[in-house]
Amino acid sequence: MALFLFRRIGTMILTALCLTFIVFWLTNLAPNLEKLAKNQGNVRMTDEQVDSFLQDRGYSQPLPIKYAQWLGVAPGWVIEGRDGTVRSRCNGVLENGVAPDYARSFCGVLQGDWGYSTVFQDGVGSIIATRLGLTGKLMFWVMVVMVPGALIIGVMAGMREGSRTDRTLSTVSIITTATPEYVSGVVFIAVFASTAFGLRWFNGSATSAMEDATFENFTLPVMTIALYGMGYIARMTRASMAEVMTAQYIRTARLKGVSFSNIVLKHALRNALIAPFTVIMLQFPWLLNGVVIVETLFNYKGFGWTLVQAAGNNDIELLLGVSVVSVFVVLITQLISDIGYVYLNPRISVS
Amino acid sequence: MEPLSWFEIITRVLIQFVPVWIAMVVLFSVSVVYKRRLGLYGKLFDSTIGMVGFALVMFWVFTGIFGAMDLIVTHDALSQVSSMKNKPPGTPILGADEGQYPYYLFGGDNLARDVFSRMVKGAWVVVQIAPLATLFAFMVGITLGLPAGYYGGRLDTFLSFLANLILAFPVILLFYLLVTPEIVDTGIPNYMAMVLFIFPIIFVGVLLNSRYRTQPKVRTPMLIVVLGIMGWLYLSLISQPGTALTVLPDAIDLFNLQGGILVVFVSVVFVNSPTVFRIVRGLAMDIKTRDYVAAAQTRGERPWYIMLWEILPNARGPLIVDFCLRIGYTTILLGTLGFFGLGLPPESPDWGTTINDGRRLLQIYLHPAMVPAFALLSMVLGLNLLADGLREESLRD
Repeated sequence: MALFLFRRIGTMILTALCLTFIVFWLTNLAPNLEKLAKNQGNVRMTDEQVDSFLQDRGYSQPLPIKYAQWLGVAPGWVIEGRDGTVRSRCNGVLENGVAPDYARSFCGVLQGDWGYSTVFQDGVGSIIATRLGLTGKLMFWVMVVMVPGALIIGVMAGMREGSRTDRTLSTVSIITTATPEYVSGVVFIAVFASTAFGLRWFNGSATSAMEDATFENFTLPVMTIALYGMGYIARMTRASMAEVMTAQYIRTARLKGVSFSNIVLKHALRNALIAPFTVIMLQFPWLLNGVVIVETLFNYKGFGWTLVQAAGNNDIELLLGVSVVSVFVVLITQLISDIGYVYLNPRISVS
Repeated sequence: MEPLSWFEIITRVLIQFVPVWIAMVVLFSVSVVYKRRLGLYGKLFDSTIGMVGFALVMFWVFTGIFGAMDLIVTHDALSQVSSMKNKPPGTPILGADEGQYPYYLFGGDNLARDVFSRMVKGAWVVVQIAPLATLFAFMVGITLGLPAGYYGGRLDTFLSFLANLILAFPVILLFYLLVTPEIVDTGIPNYMAMVLFIFPIIFVGVLLNSRYRTQPKVRTPMLIVVLGIMGWLYLSLISQPGTALTVLPDAIDLFNLQGGILVVFVSVVFVNSPTVFRIVRGLAMDIKTRDYVAAAQTRGERPWYIMLWEILPNARGPLIVDFCLRIGYTTILLGTLGFFGLGLPPESPDWGTTINDGRRLLQIYLHPAMVPAFALLSMVLGLNLLADGLREESLRD
């Protein structure tokens, strides 16, 4: 087990390094840097001005060095600009023009310095922390709605395969998996929040839910995300439940005269929940997708919304921070799903 | 003129779709009559779910094709009639010209364009890209997944690592990084197209070569003709005037994809292929332990022959089912791209872009967003039902 964990974590770190390097490379391509310079400085800058702007701020260094600095394994740059100001990566503009020793220190992700967002004019670390908190709140409620709902639907459909309940619930879950968030969100807003339809039960925007989430302003975004994942998990639960219900020990239990509800709850359920557990954990990356769409649609300024803003404005350091976080979310859920699978199913060993 | 009632709108819409109905009746009656001779496709007509799904899918396929031939549409998808801005469904056009369709059947959007015609034209964008992109993703996934599963070892470790790397990327972040105009200018999507689109050629080349290796008289001319045509198509596809990759001169360049379609195509293929790779790899690992593979190995068949002519045909059931599901998923991805305004031009009639346009005024005007939303929903639903029907029927063997 220890060796397995060790290898998995090693692969995880390698994956994260590769992915952040790819993001770093793509965001640091010449046209992106030019756009950044023109956004930051002046739209009508000449090529020369763009050049010196980028050079003074350390963007013109070779890519591996920049990446190492961002990571915190190489000392940050100190550059005397053509306009005479001395800037450093770690301490910003140096007032007296000389670089003190501490300015050449290491400041990267490993030291906990995530950089500075050019769009929000704030530290990346604090932006990500607040936004992640908001998205955490959303995800918590999504999980509260989605997981029990999906399991109940799946178990109900799977316990009597082929029955009318099964047909109905299976059709419902197929429909929800066919409805991407941007479709269901639009339909929900149209039905429950528009003046045209008349039912003004909920709010069409979740901006106010950031401070104070109420039933009115939070139901629609939560439902929109939950619905898409729900159908998929329900179908997995159904398949696994239907398989368990044909097993020998269930037949034995029935022949012994155990009541149907007892069979389902005591004999079948635990074995039927192994497969859905993995599926639920692996749903996290897809949920991240849904979060981005829903937060944009409902104007809820969480992590997904930040991703769109950062990517749309080529905010390099924020984008890197966002990708590090989302990549780790994906990799850690994969790890948990592997470990949990072994834990729940003693027949499988990790080696 | 009076605005149309709902009943009249529905009647007129049904009449507009007449070519689609005819095509579907022909297709279904032919298929049902000959279903015993048509293999898995014919068996589809034994399951109700599969038939409903197939009907939904074919409805949009025919709509897309006839829409592209300007048969169903009532107006041009881009033309604006100024009095029709945000008008509800069934509004007549004031002072309609001779020969112009006198109504906006599903109303007008916020730029006074006809919602109905845009929906029909949007179907063509999906029908054009989604199946082809999925097919390419399958070629990439199969060409890499078969050897990974069959040989195992270092190759498998390396390819699986690459696939997991792409899968760990949040899809939307990847789209934002690949499809922004700045990145498109650097030509990275074109280079990716160059790499990804060579896989179909490799696939077909190896497929034919492994089969006819022992008959050089058949093989050599066949390979020259097939690879020649595919190579030409490949070069025409990746060479785009005005971008970083202009390989072919205009005279022999067969076609150019307009308006960022290539970029969208590449990113969708790129996102889909690692999942296909994982499925194919799993199937290959399972099937290579079967007796008929051992028999082929004892006969002295080459590894690629075993992979492509022994393993692949026996993996077709799950792959066909996944193919249908994946077209649906690709449709959703295309919609996501449109929803974020990535890749396709802003006036493009595809469903994602239209939903995104319509959602801004959603609280007041429902129809511009709801029509494409339901179109997309029904198409993906059809594909999911079709996959379900196919799965049921292929398990029955």
